[in-house]
Amino acid sequence: MSTHTDLIPQEGHPDNHGHNHHDTGAGHSTLKGYMTGFILSVILTAIPFWIVMSGGLHTSGMTALVILAFAAVQIVVHMIYFLHMNSKSEGGWTLLALIFTIVLVVITLSGSIWVMYHLNHNMMPSMMEQQMQNMP
Amino acid sequence: MFQVLVQKMFDHLDPVKLIFGRLTWEALPLHVPIVLGTMIAVMLGGLALVAVITYNRLWGYLWHEWFTSIDHKKIGIMYIVLGLVMLLRGFSDAIMMRAQQAMSFGANNGFLPPEHYDQVFTAHGVIMIFFVAMPLITGIMNFVIPLQIGARDVAFPFLNNFSFWMTAAGTVLVMLSLFVGEFARTGWLAYPPLSGIAASPDVGVDYYIWSLQIAGVGTLLSGINLLVTIIKMRAPGMSLMKMPMFVWTALCTNVLIVAAFPVLTAVLALLSLDRYVGTNFFTTTLGGNAMMYVNLIWIWGHPEVYILILPAFGIFSEVTSTFSRKRLFGYTSMVYATIVITVLAYLVWLHHFFTMGSGASVNSFFGITTMIISIPTGAKIFNWLFTMYRGRITFSVPMLWTIGFMVTFTIGGMTGVLLAVPPADFVLHNSLFLIAHFHNVIIGGVLFGLFAGINYWFPKAFGFKLDEFWGKCSFWFWITGFYFAFMPLYVLGLMGVTRRLSHFDDPSLQIWFEIAAFGAFLVLLGIVSMLIQFYVSFRRREQLRDVTGDPWDGRTLEWATSSPPPSYNFAFTPLVHEVDAWWQMKHAGYKRPTEGFIAIHMPKNTAAGIFLGGLSALFGFAMIWHMWALMIVSFVALLAVAIGHTFNYKRDFHIPADEVVRTEAARTTLLANHV
Repeated sequence: MSTHTDLIPQEGHPDNHGHNHHDTGAGHSTLKGYMTGFILSVILTAIPFWIVMSGGLHTSGMTALVILAFAAVQIVVHMIYFLHMNSKSEGGWTLLALIFTIVLVVITLSGSIWVMYHLNHNMMPSMMEQQMQNMP
Repeated sequence: MFQVLVQKMFDHLDPVKLIFGRLTWEALPLHVPIVLGTMIAVMLGGLALVAVITYNRLWGYLWHEWFTSIDHKKIGIMYIVLGLVMLLRGFSDAIMMRAQQAMSFGANNGFLPPEHYDQVFTAHGVIMIFFVAMPLITGIMNFVIPLQIGARDVAFPFLNNFSFWMTAAGTVLVMLSLFVGEFARTGWLAYPPLSGIAASPDVGVDYYIWSLQIAGVGTLLSGINLLVTIIKMRAPGMSLMKMPMFVWTALCTNVLIVAAFPVLTAVLALLSLDRYVGTNFFTTTLGGNAMMYVNLIWIWGHPEVYILILPAFGIFSEVTSTFSRKRLFGYTSMVYATIVITVLAYLVWLHHFFTMGSGASVNSFFGITTMIISIPTGAKIFNWLFTMYRGRITFSVPMLWTIGFMVTFTIGGMTGVLLAVPPADFVLHNSLFLIAHFHNVIIGGVLFGLFAGINYWFPKAFGFKLDEFWGKCSFWFWITGFYFAFMPLYVLGLMGVTRRLSHFDDPSLQIWFEIAAFGAFLVLLGIVSMLIQFYVSFRRREQLRDVTGDPWDGRTLEWATSSPPPSYNFAFTPLVHEVDAWWQMKHAGYKRPTEGFIAIHMPKNTAAGIFLGGLSALFGFAMIWHMWALMIVSFVALLAVAIGHTFNYKRDFHIPADEVVRTEAARTTLLANHV
């Protein structure tokens, strides 16, 4: 193998010389995209706000669940329209990182809830209700 | 809650309080002879160091070539120096504990009063994990990764310097706690309610919180930096499955850092809110739940274990294949084992608190995941063994550490699986058996790996090899010392002795503690041998000189350039065809290019990192001592410097082509004269 096929001169900024990737980079931002995202966000914020202001649904738990659902949808809207995430951005790394993050967040949240619920159930079944009542 | 803070601040409108907070002359250890002696010794030592540097007019050199440098190699070396210095501090805590436990029986109370002993074991744990293991790991990753992937520097060179100085600022706070005030007396994870304001009203826990928070910023940023470096800056041809094994393990470690350290930051922030503004996240009243702290901190804490061990696995992989002169056995399985460990690292955290009271189903789930995680780890051990099988093994110092690791770590792994059985853990929890287990895996795994790495890459960093004789002395003292120090703890743990005790009544236990103290003394000899090794190697540097840049007949790209590498690492970016890229190049008749050099675009040094680090340390100190005036001033200054730095547009320069030509020509001459 000749020397010159093994080596290429480095040019460009030292912060950014990934010759090996031909990334599509982040998705392009357009005014239309931002406006769509903004309007969707406003709608998704206004509806939960209205639900709470108008006295909520039948139970507070139900209200909380609905608000959480709207929040989750809004996260997706932000990711698509503001962070320009799609399955191809940065050569798929964005999607991979997102999946990994979701897996970890789900593990952390569900794991903690499971562990703490079990613990309270075992160790202080009476305290659980008492504490709720004593909350300031 | 904010009102409480404001109220607290204006309670202290008394100008002395506003400036000095709760810092008084009482905070200095004038009445504790041991600490006072240490303080005087440290001050004299520090003065001597300053005098030597001043006498040799080295301040300018240090400032321009090291402190403000954003060269990943120099930052890596500074991390390693920091880690080694802190190893001495952490070890002096260790030997004090071993001595105390060996003598404190019956009527003898030893030489450490309980409140001091509690600080010593807390400081030992915190320092060894955060300020020894982490800087050494980060340092080696910093030095090696860009060289192994054929890059000029890391992705964000300034951020790298800033990360280092944040870690150093955290270290300064921990060291300061020895002399001004006190350190936490809570154990290395500072569980509430003991670490809450009611049980620990003094500054100890605040030192703990702020040193970890500040150093944590550095760790997180360096994690992001190295992650981006590995993903974006590999040499052309180096697909993921052609990365050297160390780069793979470093990639997974940095993924773990980025995902886990924010949890630590959040938990400590909640604890600070409890302590500073009177919230009740982890108190025992008003809906607070101390168990939640334990749960959350181990969600960080368990991945942290793998953050430390994975790069060590990578080092062992490089060392084993280099010194067996064979390609790594089962590269693909090694990669997948690493990835599986990375994910499973998030599924085992509860095994640190089986006894907290979750039921059988929770405990068995986490017990089983813990046993599963030992499978990929075991697979790695077999891969290293098969790499050695029928290899031409050279028993050089890095290889000795590696073999010592394989034996020692396997024992630690087995006791780990034993502890993963919840019923067994109920007997052994918080006993010396646990202490023996985690020292077995951290010393036998992480530390041995780091020492292997330091011996392996030292010639690359400084241009001469380390002395073999003293390296072997260090190895044999360390490994025998380790077995003498920790095997007795397994025995004591099985007999039911719990951790963190400063006094014992049963004289039949004393012999075991004496053996352990003897082991610690052997480890001391190991550390001294290592210091002698550095000194002797420096004196003999002409004989140990590595002119080829490839002293071990290496396999990966870092050995393709000179030792020490030029600031730009590679005059031309190498093209990669195989995992063992340099080995393949050597065997394909690679010829070093001697012409056609062009100017090289490089980042420029900056002092912003060291200023930000210094101001952060000041800010932390002000928060610890409730010096609200200083807190505000340092915080504003911190923001000002950070924003000011964004207006620094002179961030890069070109190394002119003729300078590259000169550097490369010098190397051509050197190679011609010696080969």
